[in-house]
Amino acid sequence: MSRLRRFAFLFGTVIGAARGKGKRERIVAEGSPSASSELVVVALLLLSAVFAVGFIVVLATGRWPNRTQYEGIALGGALGFMAIALILVGKQLVVSEQLSEDYPQAEHPQEQAEVSQIVRESGSRFTRKRLLRAAAGTAVGALGLAAIAPAIGLGPALDPYELNWSPWKRGKRLVSEDGTPLKAADIEQDTFYTAYPEHSSRNDIAAPLVLVRLPPSSLKLPRSRRRWAPLGIVAYSKICTHAGCAIGLYRKPTFPPVEPRPALVCPCHYSTFDPADGGKVLFGPAGRDLPQLPLAIDRAGNLRAAGNFSGPVGPSWWGVRIKGAITRER
Amino acid sequence: MSRARVLIAFALTGLALAAIAHAELPSGISRPSDERGLSQQQLGAQLYAGNCATCHGIAGRGMLEPGGTRGAGDIKGQGPPLVGVGAQAADLYLSTGFMPLSNPHVQPWRRRVEFTRKELAALTSYVASLGPGPPIPHPNPSAGNVSEGLHLFTDHCAGCHQVVAEGGYVTNARVPVIKSDTPTQIAEAVRVGPYLMPKFSRKHISDRQLNSIIAYLQASKQPNDRGGWGIGHIGPVPEGMVTWLIAAVALVGLCVLIGERLRA
Repeated sequence: MSRLRRFAFLFGTVIGAARGKGKRERIVAEGSPSASSELVVVALLLLSAVFAVGFIVVLATGRWPNRTQYEGIALGGALGFMAIALILVGKQLVVSEQLSEDYPQAEHPQEQAEVSQIVRESGSRFTRKRLLRAAAGTAVGALGLAAIAPAIGLGPALDPYELNWSPWKRGKRLVSEDGTPLKAADIEQDTFYTAYPEHSSRNDIAAPLVLVRLPPSSLKLPRSRRRWAPLGIVAYSKICTHAGCAIGLYRKPTFPPVEPRPALVCPCHYSTFDPADGGKVLFGPAGRDLPQLPLAIDRAGNLRAAGNFSGPVGPSWWGVRIKGAITRER
Repeated sequence: MSRARVLIAFALTGLALAAIAHAELPSGISRPSDERGLSQQQLGAQLYAGNCATCHGIAGRGMLEPGGTRGAGDIKGQGPPLVGVGAQAADLYLSTGFMPLSNPHVQPWRRRVEFTRKELAALTSYVASLGPGPPIPHPNPSAGNVSEGLHLFTDHCAGCHQVVAEGGYVTNARVPVIKSDTPTQIAEAVRVGPYLMPKFSRKHISDRQLNSIIAYLQASKQPNDRGGWGIGHIGPVPEGMVTWLIAAVALVGLCVLIGERLRA
């Protein structure tokens, strides 16, 4: 008990000393009081506190439906009312004033001019200015060319062929998602399959394939690809040539006479490709055909790649479509 | 108003009414006047003749070219053969209201089913009797695994149907929402592949995997919308629109409200 009393006494003296210290005569007259504004601010702050406490209550007790929403309302209310209170304080209670002051005149204009002259004249040791300028120009120019080179690399002038690289080579087996080799006999009509290269990374953009089987009589492949679709099974890159989405839609007619023809469709922007016609673009923003992978069937009946894709896999860029350099057949 | 104008107005109103009347095709189907005296086989055959044969031909032989005669609703019939499709396909198309179709050139879409239960059963068994075909499947979603179902649905279905089965579009067709389908109808659709949908055999999606897909679809009917408003459950596009068109506008408005222009 005595300890508590001693503490209260100490506290009282400290507070009293602090309050007595600042008694100085005012320079500016006291601002006109606005009791009503102060009251509104106090009310808003208390309301904010109520909402904040409400948040704690909901968090602690809430097992009711839409708890997230009540929490949001409580926290939002607490922050919102606090914000309104602060806006009111700023607009109505804090005294604000805008004043501007001109820069003072320079005190020693003569000396300032001298200093700048000294700086200008000191430190010049160049004797062959032109030669140095030419060397600098060469360096900057070469660096600029180096910066543009990757863009030129897209076109016919400088073709590093990296775009055509894929994990698919002649003889590579096609496996399903669980890694089992795909047999030609398992591939049915009117549906679609996803396939990957055996023993290769599936993260490579050129790895995934979409596989469909069409009646061989309905195929309209170019002459050079006549042998690419054994038993009517065709394989295309699963990556759309427009923006690189996975082609996850296969539309197949149930009754072809009155329904749209089979097509592979990209779900992102509805680029539509014709699997019977070498992946030709039927509709949508894709600028070039879907790259086709030549297929072969080995003696065991497994599906194997018979070479690389007909063109580079993945999204297109400007210019690539026009030049046609990248989509050429190899 | 001149007399001619009145006449034109009358004519236009008449045309509009005629168009409305025409658009409202008789929802009805044709049924025998007295069904009680017929056996199931007879009832099925009569319903088939009255509602299906215009397009699917006599005894389900199909009509690959438009038929010469005009059937109900003044349409020229044309449709695939039904021999061998089995009870599976018949039950799917009839129980969803996909069939009968008002016109062979439109996409089958979920509609109110006009047939009674008894008529459905009779018609389904009649179509099944046209040739040996798959029976109505009996999926068991409670044996399925929701997590595996999500994985399989994402691989095979979500491209068209969207990840929580909200439906969407494929070029030239609409893709239906799957929320109101029964497990049996989902299983039938996977095996049959109605309209432009691919079909998936047991070799491709096993019955066990199908149970998981259906279990996932049932779970996805009530997505847990933590944010309160699902905005159609179709992902970042509507979410972004709400952010930019509602939240950003509100913030700019607030800035205008509380800010003050600096006096130069």
